[in-house]
Amino acid sequence: MDKKKGLPRVGVFVCRCGVNIGGFLDTAALVEYAKTLPGVVFAKENLYSCSESGTTEIKKAIQENNLQRVVVAACTPLTHEPLFRAVCQEAGVNPYLFEFANIREHCSWAHMKEGEKATEKAKDLIRMGVARAMELEPLEPIEAEVEPSALVIGGGVAGLVAAATLAERGFRVALVEREKELGGMLRHLYKLYPSDVMAEEVLKAWKERVTNSPLIDIYLASEVVSVKGFIGNYDIVIKSPDKETPFKAGVIIVATGAQLWEPPEELYRYNKKDIITQLELESLLRKGKLKGDKVVMIQCVGAMSPERSYCSRICCVTAIKNAILIKEMNPAATVHILYRQMQAYGDEYESYLRRAKEAGVRLVNFSPERSPVVEDHQVKVYHQLLGRELTLPFDLLVLSTPLVSQKGSEALATLLKVPIDQDGFFLEAHIKLRPLDFATDGIYLCGCAHYPADVGEAVSQALGAVGRASTHLTRGYIKVEPIVSSLIDEELCQGCGLCAGLCPYGAIEMVDTPEGKKAKVISVACKGCGICASSCYCRAIRLSHYTNEQLEAQIRAFLLAG
Amino acid sequence: MLDAGRHPKIKMLAYCEVEGLEGKAGDFTVHYLKKARYVKEEVCTACGACAEKCPIKVDDEFEMGLKKRKAIYIYFPQGIPAIYTIDTEYCPMILKGKCGLCAKLCQAGAIDYEQKDEKKTLKVGAIIVATGVTQFDPSVVTEYGYGRIKNVITGLEYERLISASGPTAGHLDRPSDGKLAKRVAYIQCVGSRSLKYNNYCSNVCCMYAIKDAMLAREHDEEAESYIFYSDFRVMGKRYQQYRLRGAKDYGINYIRGRLAEITEDAEGNPILWYEDTPTRQVKSLTVDMVVLCSAAVPSKGLEQLAEVLGVELTPNRFVKTDPFQPTDTTVPGIFVCGFCQSPKDIAESVSQASAAASRAAELLGITSSKKKTVA
Repeated sequence: MDKKKGLPRVGVFVCRCGVNIGGFLDTAALVEYAKTLPGVVFAKENLYSCSESGTTEIKKAIQENNLQRVVVAACTPLTHEPLFRAVCQEAGVNPYLFEFANIREHCSWAHMKEGEKATEKAKDLIRMGVARAMELEPLEPIEAEVEPSALVIGGGVAGLVAAATLAERGFRVALVEREKELGGMLRHLYKLYPSDVMAEEVLKAWKERVTNSPLIDIYLASEVVSVKGFIGNYDIVIKSPDKETPFKAGVIIVATGAQLWEPPEELYRYNKKDIITQLELESLLRKGKLKGDKVVMIQCVGAMSPERSYCSRICCVTAIKNAILIKEMNPAATVHILYRQMQAYGDEYESYLRRAKEAGVRLVNFSPERSPVVEDHQVKVYHQLLGRELTLPFDLLVLSTPLVSQKGSEALATLLKVPIDQDGFFLEAHIKLRPLDFATDGIYLCGCAHYPADVGEAVSQALGAVGRASTHLTRGYIKVEPIVSSLIDEELCQGCGLCAGLCPYGAIEMVDTPEGKKAKVISVACKGCGICASSCYCRAIRLSHYTNEQLEAQIRAFLLAG
Repeated sequence: MLDAGRHPKIKMLAYCEVEGLEGKAGDFTVHYLKKARYVKEEVCTACGACAEKCPIKVDDEFEMGLKKRKAIYIYFPQGIPAIYTIDTEYCPMILKGKCGLCAKLCQAGAIDYEQKDEKKTLKVGAIIVATGVTQFDPSVVTEYGYGRIKNVITGLEYERLISASGPTAGHLDRPSDGKLAKRVAYIQCVGSRSLKYNNYCSNVCCMYAIKDAMLAREHDEEAESYIFYSDFRVMGKRYQQYRLRGAKDYGINYIRGRLAEITEDAEGNPILWYEDTPTRQVKSLTVDMVVLCSAAVPSKGLEQLAEVLGVELTPNRFVKTDPFQPTDTTVPGIFVCGFCQSPKDIAESVSQASAAASRAAELLGITSSKKKTVA
């Protein structure tokens, strides 16, 4: 903006958000106030600024009044900034000349009972927004090429499906499996619920698609040891027993699965002989080695407990399935399932549970306050619906233990710079809206690495992760928000390396120059968090869109109230 | 929703119904009915002047009938596309040729009483069915008194009551007398997990009841909540932790017991009669309001759509899929995602939607646009 010609022309739009803002603040007064601010040439109220009619009004006002900066006083940039930026762009204003003043979450919702004071606070917020808006600079998105290839980590069902599907879409894949063979957990399972298909048949089908694909390189007994770069352009090193292989990937899919929690001996006298886990039962069934007539299963062994507070999702239906299989093989067998909360969800599992009951499987409800007690060849359990203790003799006691996070998850998380949650599973970008993405672009998640899932769910997630990843692979390039750090002046940089060490995204590297070591920002990897800029002793780093000038203007506007 | 509405590659055909299908995977011709709105889509600015003055008031479906709307309306304020529609069931101009006020008021000249339904066709390579979910009408479960006892409402009605933009601006004003409901009971498995009505678990009700109860407590520190359940379905990521937080931080009472009956006292307070299963005692509890977490069922019209498309349904009337290709229907080229495939929460729906899109892209041969990858 050429300051000599005067201030930029600012338009202010005050959203009523139905009653969310309009019900508590005097929005008409806010509009009148905005008109008095320096630079503001237009101000208006919208019922919903984000609605199609609201955005049309904004576009019209931009064009009719030749607005150069747009301030919307409404809700949160988290949900609505992309929309209003796009609106600006469509009306011919650079999207980074848009500024949000949050008068809902930061004002009307927080001060519902103090309308008058809240209106005054909203005025402050709008004044600050206008002040910053005048300092904003137009920015252009940063583009980078995307390598049309993917690294898939984990060769279980989720990884196999992801790799096969990506290859069939025409993308090169490196599939890395830590074990000596593909298949993951599926290798150990017998029949799958609710269709009774043999696990090995499902595994065989997916394995064939992977091994027959000319686009997939399979690395067995291998691990990813180095990951450098960023979306579209990762440099990977895969370590195999005999060699190290570099691989260039555009995206990464994490499909490392989970492992079964093995109970300690003192818990229900677990001995791997007549007291086994559900997974060991699968193995007995697969090998046809099941012996004995009296089977008791205990659910939530080591789950929904203080140590592992979550529900492992798949154990109830797994127990139902194995109970039905045992009854089908040996109708004379008695099978008791001791459960807390039966998780027979979705379209099919309620009928499946009913099928088990019809087959003669007995369900015993217990509460964690009175857990079953295992004695020699019998279990004592207080059936809380009958109100009395039962003594159940067993030939085989099966413990349903939860799936827990995969071995090595933490190391992999560090390597990829992605987070894991309190239970050790990988943490997605958003629990509802982005279940298969990481916050870091270019890395995706599927299967039990995310949270326990059955085979069908893991397949669905793997396809979904491919869907997410392939949006970038297909386009061939990515556009990154230009809110990134940059070196203001190489001379100012003393090469201390503090910024590079602090950057959580690996977006700063130290490079050798004739003047010594200097920081270099990898723009496409930068997330604009500002840690580098705020920690640089020499003020050599500047974060665009959040420059000192812009923030200081905002603070000054606040201090110069009224 | 807005993102989809704004996307240059998405053409939104709202207020349309699929009537016929020809062709095969990769080359489908879809016949659909574009229903008359009696408002010109390209002309309407959604200013709302028509609705403001329209003299006809009818129950607002979006607000679950807890509020009135006009005979010319937008389904809900942020709806996409923002175009008004005349409700032919109530508009006197359409019914009897009398009124015409909206046409006189509309400065844009968008009203067109002569508009007709149009039959149209569309060529596509793949189809994704994502028709979603609705709530089972619990009035057939007569022992719970829905429709008879005013302070017995459904989960969706509760959503509108607790919504800041809803008919009561977020206050839990109970229907019978507008009194603030302080003691609220939430009943699970109403019409679900039942051989009589819907023989499946709806997946989401246990968790949304916790959310409902938390919201009630956030609005009112004295709010008391009782959730009646048979098995608490906590199989999603961080669900059990959420449940524990509900008890610890929000004082929610979880009662394992299936309700026998709901009656009403002289003040209109519902009385719940139930067996507390862990103690095996028959008890009663008087509350201010009851929320029936009624079964979630596939949206109306899925059966007709399935017939048009030729896709098979499961015994519970969900779209049938291959268990190991969970977004493929029984017809090649037609994929499915979301609740109409099987009950699921938002995260699973989002995840499956990406999966269905991926399968469709695979079918259509959408691959790298920049570099050719050679085997």
